[in-house]
Amino acid sequence: MTGTSNIIELLTRNMRQSGIYIAFVLIVLLFTVLTGGTLLSPGNITNLVLQYSYILILAIGMVMIIVAGHIDLSVGSVVALTGGVAAVVIIREGMPWWVGIIAALITGVLVGIWQGFWVAIVGIPAFIVTLAGMLIFRGLAMQVLDNVSLSPFPEEYRQIAGGFSNGLLGGPGYDLFTLVIFALASVGFAVQQWRARMRKLEYKQPVEALWLFAVKVILVVSVIMAFGWQLANSRGLPYVLVLLAALVLIYGFVTQRTVFGRHIYAMGGNLDAAKLSGVKTKRVNFLLFVNMGVLAAIAGIVYSARSNSAQPAAGNMFELDAIAAAFIGGAAVTGGVGKVQGAIIGGLIMAVMSNGMQIMGIDQSTQNVVRGVVLVLAVAYDVWSKKRASVSS
Amino acid sequence: MNENILEMRSITKRFPGVVALQDVNLQVRRGEIHAVCGENGAGKSTLMKVLSGVHPAGTYEGEIHFESKQVSFSSLNDSEDLGIVIIHQELALVPHLSVAENIFLGNEKSHGGIINWHEVNLAAAALLEKVGLHENPVTPVGHLGVGKQQLVEIAKALSKDVKLLILDEPTAALNDDDSAHLLGLIRDLREEGVTCIIISHKLGEIAAVADSTTVIRDGSTVETIDMVEASNNGEDLTRRIIRDMVGRDMENMYPARDVTLGEEVFRIEDWHVSHPTQRDRKVVDGAELNVRAGEVVGIAGLMGAGRTELAMSVFGKSYGRDISGTVYMHGKPVKIESVSDAIKSGIAYVSEDRKRYGLNLIDDIRRNISSSALKRIAPRGWINENEEIAVAERYRGSMNIKAPTVMSVLGKLSGGNQQKVVLSKWLYTEPELLILDEPTRGIDVGAKYEIYSIINKLAASGKAIIVISSELPEVLGMCDRVYTLSSGRITGQLPVEDATQERLMELMTMEKD
Repeated sequence: MTGTSNIIELLTRNMRQSGIYIAFVLIVLLFTVLTGGTLLSPGNITNLVLQYSYILILAIGMVMIIVAGHIDLSVGSVVALTGGVAAVVIIREGMPWWVGIIAALITGVLVGIWQGFWVAIVGIPAFIVTLAGMLIFRGLAMQVLDNVSLSPFPEEYRQIAGGFSNGLLGGPGYDLFTLVIFALASVGFAVQQWRARMRKLEYKQPVEALWLFAVKVILVVSVIMAFGWQLANSRGLPYVLVLLAALVLIYGFVTQRTVFGRHIYAMGGNLDAAKLSGVKTKRVNFLLFVNMGVLAAIAGIVYSARSNSAQPAAGNMFELDAIAAAFIGGAAVTGGVGKVQGAIIGGLIMAVMSNGMQIMGIDQSTQNVVRGVVLVLAVAYDVWSKKRASVSS
Repeated sequence: MNENILEMRSITKRFPGVVALQDVNLQVRRGEIHAVCGENGAGKSTLMKVLSGVHPAGTYEGEIHFESKQVSFSSLNDSEDLGIVIIHQELALVPHLSVAENIFLGNEKSHGGIINWHEVNLAAAALLEKVGLHENPVTPVGHLGVGKQQLVEIAKALSKDVKLLILDEPTAALNDDDSAHLLGLIRDLREEGVTCIIISHKLGEIAAVADSTTVIRDGSTVETIDMVEASNNGEDLTRRIIRDMVGRDMENMYPARDVTLGEEVFRIEDWHVSHPTQRDRKVVDGAELNVRAGEVVGIAGLMGAGRTELAMSVFGKSYGRDISGTVYMHGKPVKIESVSDAIKSGIAYVSEDRKRYGLNLIDDIRRNISSSALKRIAPRGWINENEEIAVAERYRGSMNIKAPTVMSVLGKLSGGNQQKVVLSKWLYTEPELLILDEPTRGIDVGAKYEIYSIINKLAASGKAIIVISSELPEVLGMCDRVYTLSSGRITGQLPVEDATQERLMELMTMEKD
């Protein structure tokens, strides 16, 4: 069949994946109404990006770990440890800010090697290894910091989480540079979509009707531009957003389009079959944990830069937010299913809910209850749709 | 009293988009062995799920009468209460619990919630005696072989005062000895008044044991054959059942082929493998064998003879420890330390347990087929997804995989189609040697014929093929040369012209000297 596929097929084919986008839109609309539009105001959107970026960075690594059939409970402690190392190097030892960043990243790699060794080589369940890691790295963070918080960081370091690239081109009340970047991103998206469509046609595969394709691209581009417009009207393009976008693009590509990515899914789907298909499972597991260590270090740097201090108690419960983001984003508890984009949307759902409720002045305790209920409902939807899908067998 | 213990009348069961059963009737006489046959997907399992209450009353149309009373079950427990017990193809035993604990699981012998273990073990021992299993009731079930586990399942059914015992493919995983024992046991139970429904693909078995046979095709009953009457009339029962199942005469179970042998492709010499946990136990002991291009070589052996262990140890040391010996490809020794080495050397191994070792059941056809040879669609490190789909489409066509698209999830395909996907996956690695471990286990007659045809085509294209099978007629029908394996040793090697089932069985049961 070389024809075109219709909308209903398009929507239902990926119910489990598309459901999350629909839910995200609904939640954004709900809180926009509830907050009287404050949620989508320029200042708040900027704030949202800054405030939840480190959770999203953690969620990227976490979803890969979960797809492979593991879990990582230690990332919150690693955030504290890596932030602490950066602070000690920069503030206490007085070295340049970039040395601190390198030290934090190396710490993340070492943490990853430690946990990867136990999980991949020795074969201890990741739940146990990372539970131990949660204690070990929290303890080390306290020791490194001598149990006190260190501050302040130099200006350059703080720029990572609080910096904006604005005013480069000037602008009449809004930042032109930000708009140019977003316009470039939009064009890039459209070109990439068009090329993928052409490739599919080359291979005689069904594609959606041209008008539907156009509507899809225009819709996404308008969302991107609207987002950019709001940012341009506030403080401009945050550096951390650029970092996040780069990570999402790189890891989206790695998980979906590379041999390594495929191996992660194959292991999560059926470990024995993956081994007998020539997947070097030890190597993949090891690299996954090293990768998680590096991402946790990046999150640690961003977090300490944002709070302009390193605290022994930093990153407490971050692991749970990252895990929740992955599951809300459609990852399967049993492994083998889940996507980086999904985890990002899952993280944004949590972010929008927390942020919206904060604006509404709802207290922390109620927020926790609501977020917990949403997590259970999201996974229940996943279980339910899986049951429905398999009812005919 | 009605002589029919069970009557299922006009059963119709619909799933969204499909009618799984259409107006099916099944009458089972009291005290008989009643076989239910049909291709995979014909609706046998659905019918049994309706009968046992897995599909509760109300989700299907039609009536069930058991012991002359109309019944409606809303769960498995309801049917068990009346003495209908179903034993599934995939055994439902807990490997870490003991035989006795498994037998009484969910049905514990307790006084006020406290279990009297002495009583349990005694009762279990009595049941084990009855099914002819000489094992200590405190042995963990995981330590027993599949054949013995099957007997534990039956003992468990007997503990529940079973009146109607349903066995779904009971001998699929058993070797000939264990099968014979099991069938004998079913006959004994019949003498004691237990009625039995047996679902099986092994038609020889059905012809030997069943009193009547109901054949289902595409969700409808074709006919119920009175086996005694039919065999008194001198009919070829197997043939009649096959005709009913596939809707046509199957001229020959095994497609004919022309054999052109080429150079030697694969050889192992002095191959030794020890058990992974019991080091002093040799699982493969000095095996030597070779295969030439275009040749189909059989390895016949009883369960536990070391057939799978031999294959998996060659395939990148996937089984066992202290592996020694030499593998030659095209006469040159090769070093195979891992599965990827084996794939690179041109060896492919299609496991006997495709669900556990062969497939990612939650993923689709396309990604399963490419999974062992991702480099071919990712020459520069990233995957060309369009090429991947094109490859999968090619195999869907050439292997006749019945699925709506290559995006169909594996878990939803029938056993035969899953097996075709596994074969496609390994063919895509472009192997020179294919080791097929029980390639037709659990798949229906029609699909078997297709698999045989594929094997013949592969041999004709110059591949070397090893077929491991516990079905001797299959070995004799498919292979050019047969090795026999007993207790880890190669006990014989015969060209197929000289081999008979009796001769092979003799070699397969040869003891160590």
